Amino acid sequence: MAKKVAFLQGNEAAAQGALYAGCTFFAGYPITPSTEVAEVMSAELPKIGGKFIQMEDEIGAMAALIGASLTGVKALTSTSGPGLSLKQENIGYACIAEVPCVIYNVMRGGPSTGMPTGPSQSDVMCAKWGTHGDHPAILLVPASVQETYEETVRAFNLAEKYRTPVMVMPDEIVAHMRERIVFPEKGELEVVDRTAPSVPPEQYKPYDTSFGDVPPLAAFGSGYKFHVTGLNKMQDGFPTTKAEIVQAEEERQVRKVEANKADIMKWEEYLVDDADIVVVAYGSTSRSARFAVNEARKNGIKAGLFRLQTFWPFPEDRLLQISKKVKAFITPEMNLGMCHGVVKGCIEGNAPVLGIFRVDGEPINPGQIVDKMKEVK
Amino acid sequence: MAFDYDKYIRPGKLPHIWCPGCGHGIVMKGLIRAIDAVGLDKKNTAIVSGIGCASRLPGYIDCCTLHTAHGRAAAFATGVKMAKPEMDVILVGGDGDGTAIGGNHFIHACRRNINMTYIIMNNKIYGMTGGQFSPATPTGAKASTTPYGNPDPAFDIAKLAIGAGATFVARGTAYHANQIDKLIAEAIQHKGFSVVEILDDCPTTYGRRNKFRSVIEMMNVLKDIAVPVKAAEKMSPEQLQGKILTGVLYKEEKPEYTTEYAKVIERAKAAK
Repeated sequence: MAKKVAFLQGNEAAAQGALYAGCTFFAGYPITPSTEVAEVMSAELPKIGGKFIQMEDEIGAMAALIGASLTGVKALTSTSGPGLSLKQENIGYACIAEVPCVIYNVMRGGPSTGMPTGPSQSDVMCAKWGTHGDHPAILLVPASVQETYEETVRAFNLAEKYRTPVMVMPDEIVAHMRERIVFPEKGELEVVDRTAPSVPPEQYKPYDTSFGDVPPLAAFGSGYKFHVTGLNKMQDGFPTTKAEIVQAEEERQVRKVEANKADIMKWEEYLVDDADIVVVAYGSTSRSARFAVNEARKNGIKAGLFRLQTFWPFPEDRLLQISKKVKAFITPEMNLGMCHGVVKGCIEGNAPVLGIFRVDGEPINPGQIVDKMKEVK
Repeated sequence: MAFDYDKYIRPGKLPHIWCPGCGHGIVMKGLIRAIDAVGLDKKNTAIVSGIGCASRLPGYIDCCTLHTAHGRAAAFATGVKMAKPEMDVILVGGDGDGTAIGGNHFIHACRRNINMTYIIMNNKIYGMTGGQFSPATPTGAKASTTPYGNPDPAFDIAKLAIGAGATFVARGTAYHANQIDKLIAEAIQHKGFSVVEILDDCPTTYGRRNKFRSVIEMMNVLKDIAVPVKAAEKMSPEQLQGKILTGVLYKEEKPEYTTEYAKVIERAKAAK
């Protein structure tokens, strides 16, 4: 039987991907340009007995998400820049309390209200550094409608597997453009559920590291009584200020992601093997970059594309390897050099990194990238 | 026979963090008696709080407990209740947590009339941070950030809850300890969003700045200003000057949020 296809925008695909992953709870607040996710979820969730709630503000939406997830459901919120700023408080809470959830954020112009309908890629640092304190960060940056669907599924899997919030951030172009999407059949994509406790309630500790760096999470109302707090906590979930416990727990929370980078990170290398110039790009900008690479090859320039599919954790080791045999990197992005700085930071000065930065609400076109390639000596 | 609180207290979690003379412990005991009287199932009961002295209460009680971010108890709790309506959800917190930083979540939980009970311990001050004025601090009172007297008018929290749409609103005091469990029990049994404001005291950060020489003096004020709603009906406005009403202040039956959402699910399934 032929697979189901549709002509969807990225936001609609994200909502469909969430449903495929088993999401049954959505809490959000209206914000351009992400609102379609909430609209689809408000229509689809009740059909399967799921819950949709439009909260009084972005902070409340993030809070409701965590509350819902603690009852054992897979929970999604969607937002955009200003909303992401507001959500940071409780994103930090989800990090320290280790509550799985998915935050879908459409990057628009900023800071502040910025350009609500203009595309941008300027939230990638906010995904890692937006909330205070040391914490893990997982950020997926899809470049097509199909990939937005599939990466939203993977975002839920990573959230459940590592007990941590996961962010998916398309830029506004990916979020709003329409493309053909082929829906995966049931069972075709992996769907991961959090590990439930194997011990009886009286022995259960919500942060019991004898089960590894990602302890099983019980659900409220499932017979397990336990305490959850945003304070630094012990294995039983209760607050502590004991230096050695706080140090060990903080390190474990970050290690959950850092030690599993190989499982989490995803990127695509296109014509990189023999390339003199490697363009490092993500989101809609990577589509311009691919076009530019093809144009350059036609003109005898050995160009390649390194396309980030996860921005955090960042594939530092692979870029360091590549840096040893290229003449230059080019980092086109719709911000003033966020990826640029990270690339520079990981290649130990092995090659120059040329940036193309646009924050005027216009996409980066292939011609700009080809022109930059010509500057490479 | 004396009431057995141990059944509900988590082993090893006492002593609590509250100062001598603080009323929060009285409220916690009232809450425990109410939970017992209503017969709530501990493993199916969530107690949710924000940040502050009062918000440390859930840690002591042997239920599913969620100590959230400052002001956010109502929003976290709404997520719990929406996702699992069969759970009983009780919120606890202070006046600053609930009506300043958490004010928006508070009024919207009232508006939705979602079936949860919110116990606000109003000691008129931010105690944990050392006594800054809150939205419940009386005008003219001294706080660590109002050294010349508080210029702000105060919220009437119970009136705020009624105005925002809560369908059960009651008020008690830490002095009237035997009334607390009855008010909370009735609130829990009410179907809808219920608010129980308990006037409380903070001798450490409020009392000493406002010329209260002892905890007993602060408790006596609570005793003197409280007028049961029934008694107030027979009193003149002059007699009620400076008094506060206690008991069940407001009660009405209105559609409850999770029940209404269950109807949304039915309609969506029918339309499929």
